Amino acid sequence: MKRDFTILDVSLRDGSHSVRHAFTEEQVRATAKGLNAAGVRYFEVSHGDGLGGSSLQYGFSATDELKLIEVAASECTTSEVAVLLIPGIGTKQDLQNAVKAGAKMVRVATHVTEADVAAQHIQLARELGLKTAGFLMMAHMAPVEKVVEQAKLFESYGAEIVYVTDSAGAMLPQDVTARITALREELRCEIGFHAHNNLSMAMANTIAAVEAGATFIDGSMRALGAGAGNTQTEVMVAVLEKMGYHTGIDLYQLMNTANHVIAPLMQQPQEITGGSLILGHAGVYSSFLLHAQKAAQQYSIDERDILMKLGEMRAVGGQEDLIYEVAQTLAR
Amino acid sequence: MKKLKVGILGSGNIGTDLMYKVERSDLLEMSVMIGIDPLSDGLKRAKNRGYETISTGIEGLAQHLDLVDIVFDATSAYAHQTNSDLLTAAGKKVIDLTPAAIGPFVVPTVNLTEFLDKDNVNMITCGGQATIPIIHTISRIVPVDYAEIVATISSRSAGPGTRANIDEFTSTTSRAIEVVGGAKKGKAIIILNPAEPPIIMRDTIHVLVAEEGHGEEINESIKQMVNAVQAYVPGYSLKADTVFEGKKISVFVEVEGAADYLPAYAGNLDIMTASAVQVANEMARHFLHEKEGIV
Repeated sequence: MKRDFTILDVSLRDGSHSVRHAFTEEQVRATAKGLNAAGVRYFEVSHGDGLGGSSLQYGFSATDELKLIEVAASECTTSEVAVLLIPGIGTKQDLQNAVKAGAKMVRVATHVTEADVAAQHIQLARELGLKTAGFLMMAHMAPVEKVVEQAKLFESYGAEIVYVTDSAGAMLPQDVTARITALREELRCEIGFHAHNNLSMAMANTIAAVEAGATFIDGSMRALGAGAGNTQTEVMVAVLEKMGYHTGIDLYQLMNTANHVIAPLMQQPQEITGGSLILGHAGVYSSFLLHAQKAAQQYSIDERDILMKLGEMRAVGGQEDLIYEVAQTLAR
Repeated sequence: MKKLKVGILGSGNIGTDLMYKVERSDLLEMSVMIGIDPLSDGLKRAKNRGYETISTGIEGLAQHLDLVDIVFDATSAYAHQTNSDLLTAAGKKVIDLTPAAIGPFVVPTVNLTEFLDKDNVNMITCGGQATIPIIHTISRIVPVDYAEIVATISSRSAGPGTRANIDEFTSTTSRAIEVVGGAKKGKAIIILNPAEPPIIMRDTIHVLVAEEGHGEEINESIKQMVNAVQAYVPGYSLKADTVFEGKKISVFVEVEGAADYLPAYAGNLDIMTASAVQVANEMARHFLHEKEGIV
């Protein structure tokens, strides 16, 4: 059962949420160097909310993401830098700037039902010669048929990979299996999977995805990512090797970077706490966590109540501004 | 009282909604709807209500220019330049609801009176119409170094034009936040939410001001501005208390539509068409008075 995968590390993008978008050039340089040495094919560098995400809504980047992309790309000999682009937040111009800074791959992300806003961005990415993926966020919110329909749109625009993205860490392995299997049957392009660990399911879901035919798999070192974080890249490599798969990654080298570069920069442990557990339970976008914690403190209410309410309201990725309104209502 | 004859170019959601709002004006007379699909719902409705209809687009209208004094263009940015050139050459006024933005950006509560003599004015975007009044009213009290808006609309209210050109929404709105809103730097974000039943349009305005304080004055000014916008968009309201954190101010607005054509959740459609009709009304008042020699 030897098979090739592409492992994509998101520490420098999803992890941006966990460090409140404050990565420094030195941190990015050391991380990039380590990932390149370990043989990780692609790794993502962007604001947590993708290119152009630096804002009052999501938090300003301490260092311009284009500078960070440039620094990361300068350390790559075999690895390549990917970026995230969420249409409505980032633009085609942002993508062109990222390519000038050294990006070789883009993942164009939309809510799971809104793939058609990404047509122009995916087409541009292909014209620019980028490895191009479509990223269906909050994939737990749509039934399998809808995921297939939207994935087909991405494929028709030119995506070479379509991701099932469990942004809320709300899926169980059978949900992952159902979605990846359906995409495998209906699409010709590669299938990817991105997990969050809010229900402690990230590794189990990743295995389910791989066994159902996903060939692009995301992880972050020390699980550095929004909410309870992602599938832990170094653990994933060990598990996949143990299962008999070939990852092509130097485990020791990867662990060294995780423990000596990522661990010291973490602002809080990637634990499953009250808030992050509720993200998975209520199906809420993982990056809401730190914003909800702040609002809970400001209004002296329970962060779990805010997140439960946002789940009930069926908030989608990017709607961090709703947190204030919900907090005010709960405080009354 | 004499009225200006109105043509509506584009028989989609925006054009059809405009028709109902023009009907309520004392200064405008709905005359003709122009589309390119004779079977479109908009053209059928216009015909049923007794208006002229043209299904051969701008070429068709070119043969009947006597039918219009003022034209709303609700087609596309791509088509707008040609439409505008033809109409303005014939002395017609053009109100542009596409992102083409050939003419100056107009927000009725902010800068309308400056542009009453222009041949062509642009209505920016729904998010721009909903947020720029607030940015402008804050900037009258304290300089705004940065302003950012987040428009969240229901998926159902985002038509194919919006979806195919989402970057145009963000870039046009960002520019107008600076030019009309008075912020030194502007940024716009748009989010589509597919929840059922559809969510009502909401807009959040985050600004960074040059100095802290002035809370009471700013709150009062926002309240007055909300009242001013309500005069032409009755469903415009504050959704939560304004949040002051140091130099950062966050204002939360909701826009419920008048449900003329699309249901009430489509406040994004409503604020565009209501603002455009407001502009047309003022242009008509200005034009008719001038003609009759009334000062």
